Amino acid sequence: MGYLLEVRNITKRFGGLVAVNNVSFGVNAGEVVGLLGDNGAGKSTLVKVISGVHQPDEGKIFFEGKEIKINNPMDALSLGIETIYQDLALAENLNVYSNIFLGREKLKRILGFIKVLDHDYMYSESKAILDRLDIKIPSLRNKIRMLSGGQRQAVAISRSIYWDAKFLIMDEPTAALGIAEQKKVLDLVRTLRSQGIGIIIISHQLYDVFSVTDRLVIMRRGEKVAERVTKETTPDEVVSLIVGAETVNA
Amino acid sequence: MSNESITVKRKRELSGVTAVLAREWATVFLFLLVVIFSFTGRGFFSLNNFQNVLHLSTVFLLLAAGETFVIITGGIDLSVGFVMGLSSVLGAKVMQIMQAAALPQPLSMVVGTIVGLSISIIPGWVNGVLITKYNVPPFIATLGMWGITNGITLKICQGFPVAYLPPKLVEIGNGFLIYIYPGKGVTFFHKPAGVVGTQIRELIRILPFSIIFSTAVLLFLWHLLKNTKFGQHTYAIGGSMNAAIRSGIDVKKHLVKVYILSSFLAGMAGVFNIFQTGVGNFTPFSAMYELFAIAAVVIGGASLMGGKGRIVGSVVGVILLAVISNGLSLSGVEPFYRFIAVGVILIIAVIMDQLFPDLF
Amino acid sequence: MGINQLNTTGELTRGRRLFIYVGQRWALMFLIFEFLVFSAAADGFFTARGVQIIFFFGTAIFLLGTAETFVIITGGIDLSIGFVMGFASVVSAKLIVAFMKAGMGEVWSIVIGIALTLLIGLIPGYINGVLVARFNVPPFIATFSMLGIAHGVSELLIKKGAAKNLPHLANVIGNGYLFYIVPGKGLSFLTMPAIRRGEKIIQLIPNVVVITFIFIFIFGFILKRTKFGQHTYAIGGNIESAIKAGINVKRHLIKVYMISSFFSTLAGVIYMLKYITGKADAGASFLLDSIVAVVIGGASLYGGLGTVRGTILGALILAVLETGLRMMGVSTFDKYIAVGVILILAVLIDQYFPEIIHKEE
Repeated sequence: MGYLLEVRNITKRFGGLVAVNNVSFGVNAGEVVGLLGDNGAGKSTLVKVISGVHQPDEGKIFFEGKEIKINNPMDALSLGIETIYQDLALAENLNVYSNIFLGREKLKRILGFIKVLDHDYMYSESKAILDRLDIKIPSLRNKIRMLSGGQRQAVAISRSIYWDAKFLIMDEPTAALGIAEQKKVLDLVRTLRSQGIGIIIISHQLYDVFSVTDRLVIMRRGEKVAERVTKETTPDEVVSLIVGAETVNA
Repeated sequence: MSNESITVKRKRELSGVTAVLAREWATVFLFLLVVIFSFTGRGFFSLNNFQNVLHLSTVFLLLAAGETFVIITGGIDLSVGFVMGLSSVLGAKVMQIMQAAALPQPLSMVVGTIVGLSISIIPGWVNGVLITKYNVPPFIATLGMWGITNGITLKICQGFPVAYLPPKLVEIGNGFLIYIYPGKGVTFFHKPAGVVGTQIRELIRILPFSIIFSTAVLLFLWHLLKNTKFGQHTYAIGGSMNAAIRSGIDVKKHLVKVYILSSFLAGMAGVFNIFQTGVGNFTPFSAMYELFAIAAVVIGGASLMGGKGRIVGSVVGVILLAVISNGLSLSGVEPFYRFIAVGVILIIAVIMDQLFPDLF
Repeated sequence: MGINQLNTTGELTRGRRLFIYVGQRWALMFLIFEFLVFSAAADGFFTARGVQIIFFFGTAIFLLGTAETFVIITGGIDLSIGFVMGFASVVSAKLIVAFMKAGMGEVWSIVIGIALTLLIGLIPGYINGVLVARFNVPPFIATFSMLGIAHGVSELLIKKGAAKNLPHLANVIGNGYLFYIVPGKGLSFLTMPAIRRGEKIIQLIPNVVVITFIFIFIFGFILKRTKFGQHTYAIGGNIESAIKAGINVKRHLIKVYMISSFFSTLAGVIYMLKYITGKADAGASFLLDSIVAVVIGGASLYGGLGTVRGTILGALILAVLETGLRMMGVSTFDKYIAVGVILILAVLIDQYFPEIIHKEE
C-alpha cells in the first residue's frame, strides 16, 4: 500500500526567490510526520501548496495513489485535506459555529422555495463536535474575537475534524497554548492517527515533535535535507540537521 | 489607507436595555429628532411630509444599501454617485430617442430602463476586476471610475439634463397606491378622474410607488445579507480575508459580485431618478451622493475596516440624514446647518462604535 | 525575471534596462509627452505666457496636493481640503473688507486679514487631528465631517454678506508678477511700470506662484530632511513601531493635519487674491486632483511612501492637462475621464515597478 499523500519534486518560486526546491516525501494513513526546519526553510509554503493556497511551479501531488491537481483551497477541502494554519484563519467578526461551517454553510428551505442559512443545524452540529472533543466554550454564539487563544485553536481543530478530514495539516498547533491545552492537542493528534488519518505537523517544539510523530522531514532553505524515523534519531541530531551542521541523504 | 486606531480598544460591558439603546442609538436619536421637529417644524408631523421624505430618499436608500455590502467587505465604492448619473442619462437618452420616434410610451420606458440598468453593471465589473485581479486599492479604483463615468455621462448629455421623455414617466415615479378624495371615493394607482385644480389639495394620498419599490428592494437585500451564503461570505471576507480564502470561498469572484451589486443598485437609483424627475440627470459634483451614502452606512453601525454593518442600520442612517435636512428646513433653519449637523452626527457614530465595539 | 531578459553574461539586456529606466520615471516621461502633444495641438501653449498660465492656474493643485501628501504619508486622508480652501477664501475676503471699513487702509487690511486667516485656518486641521489621534475617528470620516462643517460655516458667513468688494491692492498682488521687463527700457520688480500704448511688456513669474513655491519648498525640505519628516514616514510605515520608538504619535498627527489645513488655507487666500472674491466651494473640484497628484507622485494610500517632489510632478501633469485641454478648446468632460484613467494607471504602473519607484532618494 502506498502513501496516503505524496508530493514529488515540488518546486515553488516567488519572483526570483525559490521557496521550495524539488521536495519529495510521503505520508501514510495513520501516520504523523513532523515537518521541521528553521524560519524561511519553506515549510509553510510547501504546506500551502498542498492546501491549495499556492500552485506549484513544478512537481506532482498524489492522494490515495492517484495524481491530483489542487488549484484552490476548495479542491483540497473537497478531497478531505484539511489545514489548520498558524494564524488559525478564523473570522473574528463571526461566531463559533459560523466559523466551523465557513464556506460550507448549511441551508434550509423556508416557504418551500427560499433558501436560508440553517443556524439551528449548524449550532447543534458544532455543539456536538465540541462536546465530543471535550472542549469547553461558554457560548457558541460568541464571536471569535471574544475567545482566548486556546479556545480559538480548539475551534480551528474542531472545524477540521467535523469535516471528516482524511488528511490533516497542522502548522504550529501548540504555539499559543498553555501546557494543559498542549497535552490535549497532542492527545487529539494521537486519536486522529489511530483513526487512520494522515497528519503533517509543523512545529518548533521538539518535545511535542518527538512525543507524537512517527517520522520527520527536515527542510533547509527550500530543500529537503533529511528524513528520519523519530524513534531512531535524537533531538541533537535533528537540531544540527535543521541548522546545517551535516547534510545526509535520507 | 490605514484606519488603525492608536490606543487599545477598551471593552465596555453593557447589559439589557442600555445595551440595546446604545446599539440602536441612531434609531433613538431619530425618534428624538422626530419629536423635536414635530414641534418646531411647520407641517413636519404629517402623513404627506413623512411620505415625501421617504419618497425623496429612495435614491439614497438604494445607494446606501449597495454601499453596505461593499463596506462590510472592507472596501469602499466612491463611484456610485456618477454611475447613477450615467444610468440616468443613458436610459433617458434612449427614451428620448424612442419618444421622438413616436414609439409607444411603455415600450420606450421599458427599453430605457433595461439599457440604464445594464450599463451600470459595467463600472461595477471594472471596479471588481481592478480590485481583485490588479490589486488596485478600492479607494483608488472606484475614485478613478468616479472620474471616468462622470466624464462619459457628461459627454453623452453635454452638460444638460436629458428631456423630452415620455410624459407617463413622472406619473409612475410619483404615483401613489391609494387616493382618497374625502366624500367622493377611493381610487387605486391613479388620481380619481375629474379631480382638478385646487381640489387636488384635498386629496389624501397613501403609499407612494417609490416606497413600495424601495421597500421591496431593501427587503430582498436584507434577506440576501442576513440569510444567505452570499451574505455570510460577505461578512467573512470583511472579517478576515485569509479565513475566507482558506475556507474555500472564492473571494475574488465574490468581491466582483459585490461591486457589481453596488453599481447595479446605483443604476437602479439612476433609472428611478428618471421616473421621479421626468428627465435624465447627470450627477453634479457638489451632490456628493457617494459620500452621503457612506456616511449613512457608517451611522448605521458599519465600520470602514469591514466585518460589520446591517441593511437596517444603513436605512436608519439614510432616514436620519433626511429627517435632519427636512426638519431643519421646515423649522426655518438655513440648509447649510445640515452640513454641520451631518458632520457632527457622523463623528458621534464613529465614537459610539469605538466605545462599544461588541454591540453590533 | 525571465531568462530572455538576460544576455549571455547574465546582466540585464539593454532593452530591459531602458524599459526599467523609462518605467521608473514614467510620470516625468508622461509630463514631457503631454507637453509635446499640447504644444503641437494648442496655439500659444509653448510660450512663456502659456507656461505661466499653467503655473498660475495650478497653484491650488500644488498647494492642496502638498497638503494631502503629508496626511497620506501617515496613512490617513484629508477630504476637507477643498472646503477649507473655500472657507479660507471667504474668511480672508470678509476680514479684509471689515478692516477696510474700520479704516485700516489697504496694506494693513490685507496683511492682517491674511495673517489672521492663516491662523484661523489651523483650527479645522487641529480638530481633524484631535478626532483622528485622540478619538480614533477614521480619517475618512473625520475629514468628511470637517468638509461639511467648513462648507456650512462658509455659507453662513456669506449669508451675512457676500465676500467681495476687496481693495484693488489685493487684485494687484493676486494677478501681479515678480518681474516686468520692457524690452529696451529695463526691469522692475512687483510693480507694473507705466507703458505707452503699443509697447510690449514681458511679465515673468506670477506673485502667487512665488508664494506657493516658497512654502512648498520649505515644507518639502521639512518632510525630506528633518526629524519631523522622518517621524511622519515612520508613523505611516508602522504606527506601533513608531509609538514604541517613543514618538509622540498623537501630537505628531495633530500637527500633520494642521499642516494640511494650513496649505488648504493658503490656497484659499491665494484664490481670494487671484479672483478678489471668496467662494465656499472654491476648492471643491480640486480634491480629486490633489489625491491623483499624490498617487502619481508615488505615494501609497496605505501610508509610508510619497514625496512632495513627486506630488508636484503629479500636480503639474494635471495642471498641464487641464490647461492644455482648455487651450485646445476641448470640452472639460474628457478631462474627468483622463484623470480617472491616469489615476488607475498610476497605481498599476507603480505595482509593476515597485521597489524602484519608491526607493530612497
